Amino acid sequence: MRGTEKALVALGVLALVVAPFFFYPVFVMSMLCFALFAAAFNLLLGYTGLLSFGHAAFFGGAAYFTAHSVKVWGVPPELGLLIGMAGAALLGLIMGLLAIRRQGIYFAMVTLALSQMFFFFCLQAPFTHGEDGIQGVPRGHLLGFIDLYVPLNMYYFVLAVFLIGVFAIWRIVNSPFGMILRSIRENEPRAISLGYGVGRYKLAAFVMSAALAGLAGGLKSLVFQFATLTDVTWQMSGEVILMTLLGGIGTMVGPIVGAGLVIALQNSLATSQFPVTVVTGAIFMICVLVFRRGIVGEVIAFAKRYGSR
Amino acid sequence: MITVFGVPIQALLGQLLVGLINGSFYAMLSLGLAIIFGMLRIINFAHGALYMLGAFVGYLMLAHLGIGYWAALVLAPLTVAIFGMVIERLALSRLYRVDPLYGLLFTFGLALVIEGSFRYYFGVSGQPYPTPKALAGGTNLGFMFLPNYRAWVVVASLIVCTATWFLIERTKLGAYLRASTENATLVQAFGVNVPVLLTVTYGIGCALAALAGIMAAPVYQVSPLMGSNIIIVVFAVVVVGGMGSILGAIVTGYALGLVEGLTKVFYPEASNTVIFVIMAIVLLVRPAGLFGRDA
Repeated sequence: MRGTEKALVALGVLALVVAPFFFYPVFVMSMLCFALFAAAFNLLLGYTGLLSFGHAAFFGGAAYFTAHSVKVWGVPPELGLLIGMAGAALLGLIMGLLAIRRQGIYFAMVTLALSQMFFFFCLQAPFTHGEDGIQGVPRGHLLGFIDLYVPLNMYYFVLAVFLIGVFAIWRIVNSPFGMILRSIRENEPRAISLGYGVGRYKLAAFVMSAALAGLAGGLKSLVFQFATLTDVTWQMSGEVILMTLLGGIGTMVGPIVGAGLVIALQNSLATSQFPVTVVTGAIFMICVLVFRRGIVGEVIAFAKRYGSR
Repeated sequence: MITVFGVPIQALLGQLLVGLINGSFYAMLSLGLAIIFGMLRIINFAHGALYMLGAFVGYLMLAHLGIGYWAALVLAPLTVAIFGMVIERLALSRLYRVDPLYGLLFTFGLALVIEGSFRYYFGVSGQPYPTPKALAGGTNLGFMFLPNYRAWVVVASLIVCTATWFLIERTKLGAYLRASTENATLVQAFGVNVPVLLTVTYGIGCALAALAGIMAAPVYQVSPLMGSNIIIVVFAVVVVGGMGSILGAIVTGYALGLVEGLTKVFYPEASNTVIFVIMAIVLLVRPAGLFGRDA
């Protein structure tokens, strides 16, 4: 199995390397941003068992932080991304401290309410420019000499950040720390009785997930060169849940596949009159009723059944 | 002119009334959420959409069938309750055995579909709904002008909340409901048809949301987005109150509505967020909620 997995990953990376020659680069870049966002979200839902309904705050918040620091302070793009990430992590720390005081369904409602509070903050704070958002964000020069206005340069920068981000998530999940997170997901009282400070582990996972979601958000603001309120709305939080659920909760590749599908779907419906929310809502309902494991989850389950025979 | 902390008393009382109206809707909605959660262990994310649906059914009845406010007050909640019960039978009943989070996700999808369809057909702008003739105009109380319809909303919602509380805490049906919340298997063993009870409970919750919606129609405009704006606030109300108690849901709803109204007078910038701030404080001080039994 390990050999096949490695081959599949290599094939996937190769496909992403050549993708800009076949597809519109901005389209693939937006897929990569959302895929990283969904993977970061899955770190929390899939591997720690916490459903956050407020991840848009980190994604959209970091988009604002990165856009503001690059445009107004004039920092280079790589530093802008780090500022966005740090801001998202700080936001995650504050929200996480409050949210982990409740469990399950309450956790979801608390994160939703806190992110809505952040939405109103973004609506009123002067640096976000309210309804207009931050526009005309410069992409700048990576490390001072790589011009990111060249589409292919930007693409490979985005791909590199995406791969680093996903690798970080993979490392976290497969570390001893990740094992403890999974034990919390499987049986929290037992993790407590084994002597783990469950609260601190949950908070750490929450902050990491927020920071990586922030990385994705900051990257998106550089790709599209703007940061708007859309990215901090609760609909965005719902969207990332859908991507993860559709692809497969608790699988490494699932959220990436889910994000790709959802973005492709939105792109194809964008030109038609048909409302996207109806379609996304219907997919939500079908996923929950028919295949809760998601596409990748079902494939893995099928492969296991086939392999054991 | 009489002033309180530098604010004219008329403005203060006016905003308090607005707060009380909002509080009425928060109370009715969080009450429905609490009832549904108590029995089905599902957080009904579609509650805002059902509230909107109630208002729209009333609006469509008036526009196309000439059915007025008073009849709609009964028919709209009934229609929405039937719709809800069909959904419960077809879909929600399959989710009782899995993680409650899936119930939240399913109803979230349902809300998106309902709101998306209405936005597609009616656009985002609101449709006006006339105030019923019997309640048009207002009464001059000497110190302020009280629109009759708004007074009616507050009184009616108090009656509805009290009646629901009575139904659950003091009647035989309510006793069955509470018993099933504690131990459904045992209640079923006594010969009570628990699945039907679950369906009816969801229907009652939906009807409460729709009733709030039709009552809100003349106050606000009937718009496809009216539900998604209110549902998150109601979630915060539920977190503050704790879903353990019916009375808690009602009291918290009115109280937070009033607090929101007061904030509009003294610090308008925070009026959107004050309920969330209170939620954060309650989480720090009393994580189980003000009336909650367990964390």
